[in-house]
Amino acid sequence: MASSRYLPDRGLTARMGGTIFLLGALFVVLGSVLVYYFSYWGVIFIGGFLVVQWFYSDRIALFSMGGREVTPEEAPQLHAIVDRLCALADMPKPKVAIADTDVPNAFATGRSPQRAVVCATTGIMRRLDERELEGVLSHELSHVAHRDVTVMTLAAFVGVLAGFLTRMALYSGMFGGRRNNNDNGGAPIILIITLVSVIVYALSFLLTRTLSRYRELAADRAGAFLTGQPSALASALVKISGEMGRIPTKDLRQAEPFNAFFFTPAIAPGFSISSLFSTHPSLEKRLDQLGRISAQLNNPA
Amino acid sequence: MKWLDAALGRSKETKPNLDSLFALPDAAVTLQAAMSVRPTGRGAVCFRAAEGAAFSQVQGDLQQLLDADGGPKVEVSTDSYGFTWLLVTHEQDELPALVTELHAVNSTLQDNGFAPALLCSLVGFEAQGDRPVGLVYLYKRGTFYPFAPKGPEMRDNTLELQVRAAVGADLPIEPDLARWFPVWGAPGL
Repeated sequence: MASSRYLPDRGLTARMGGTIFLLGALFVVLGSVLVYYFSYWGVIFIGGFLVVQWFYSDRIALFSMGGREVTPEEAPQLHAIVDRLCALADMPKPKVAIADTDVPNAFATGRSPQRAVVCATTGIMRRLDERELEGVLSHELSHVAHRDVTVMTLAAFVGVLAGFLTRMALYSGMFGGRRNNNDNGGAPIILIITLVSVIVYALSFLLTRTLSRYRELAADRAGAFLTGQPSALASALVKISGEMGRIPTKDLRQAEPFNAFFFTPAIAPGFSISSLFSTHPSLEKRLDQLGRISAQLNNPA
Repeated sequence: MKWLDAALGRSKETKPNLDSLFALPDAAVTLQAAMSVRPTGRGAVCFRAAEGAAFSQVQGDLQQLLDADGGPKVEVSTDSYGFTWLLVTHEQDELPALVTELHAVNSTLQDNGFAPALLCSLVGFEAQGDRPVGLVYLYKRGTFYPFAPKGPEMRDNTLELQVRAAVGADLPIEPDLARWFPVWGAPGL
């Protein structure tokens, strides 16, 4: 007898692997430029900054969302859902937190499954019923299991490095350049560095966004299989997406110098610009996938 | 290659471990000898029903299979978290038969591809003074833990730890206390 209905999505895995490979390649390009023309210190400095951010990701995210860890006595229902999901998935139970805001949202963060925290807002708990809330939490726990904080921090490294390098090159071009006027070949080097880092920045921005969308799809998928209820997750998505559309999703790391660069219409027609830049896949894509999983659960094993 | 699975966002199905379930009758003998904790003859399987007709079909077949032995019918209930409980009732001294039936439920679900849906099995016991205590079996870990409710949303931790000490040699006990989650109002307690 066949023993599993839980078929892997090889296409998604391959696309994700390809994106990670391209990001790695970009890092090699940028790293060699940096090391060749500057020194290791820039890389180490930015790396250190990101390590701190990754290490304290649970506290940073909780603090910025105004979340507060709750005990099982304070939130018995939320804890019971997380308990059961963790037993189903055989993963350690993360800390459970609630953020007192009416924005319907939930997130999971933390550098490892042992140090993870899952947070739901009072807004999402008010709007969703228990099945839907369970679907949302299973999606968040899948992010924890897939170690998305670590993966996305690593992925963001290239982009942050490129943004930093661009700035450095610009400043040294503006201020240091005058001093070195008589130094032959000073200007072209700065030009090359600026050009390389701008291109790397643009590409890494697109790639991290693509990776983020794939990881959302992977988390939807794993969450739906964990509960066996893809439709509950779909209904939660429909319910909150209408309200989430009005909420800004701009991230701090996104506020980088070359954002305007991307709005050049260098994109093939028929390709929506917003779909390239968003961190989450479109609602249709997510619902499509959940529909396919629902059908898979019904196939004879 | 755990890191590769994580990097590519792949989830592996967690395989349940059903073998330790058969160690239960021996542990029951120990419990009775050491603490006068007797089995009630009731046990339940808890799983997360998947949506769709395929799962309903399997669940229907299961109930027929369990009812076929002429004993008391299995009772089906759904708790407030959407998990389904199949309650099997036997005589007090028929623990091996009870365990065999619980195992049948699990292996049927597993054979039909719904192994990840299994949450836990619970076998009911009674300590002196009509205090209920259950041994909960976690499939994904292959371990047991005791659960003794005392009043609404209170646990008798003393009794639970006594049970743990008594059966520690017979059963694999869940070492991570954070995974001893409460199953309030579980059928079979």
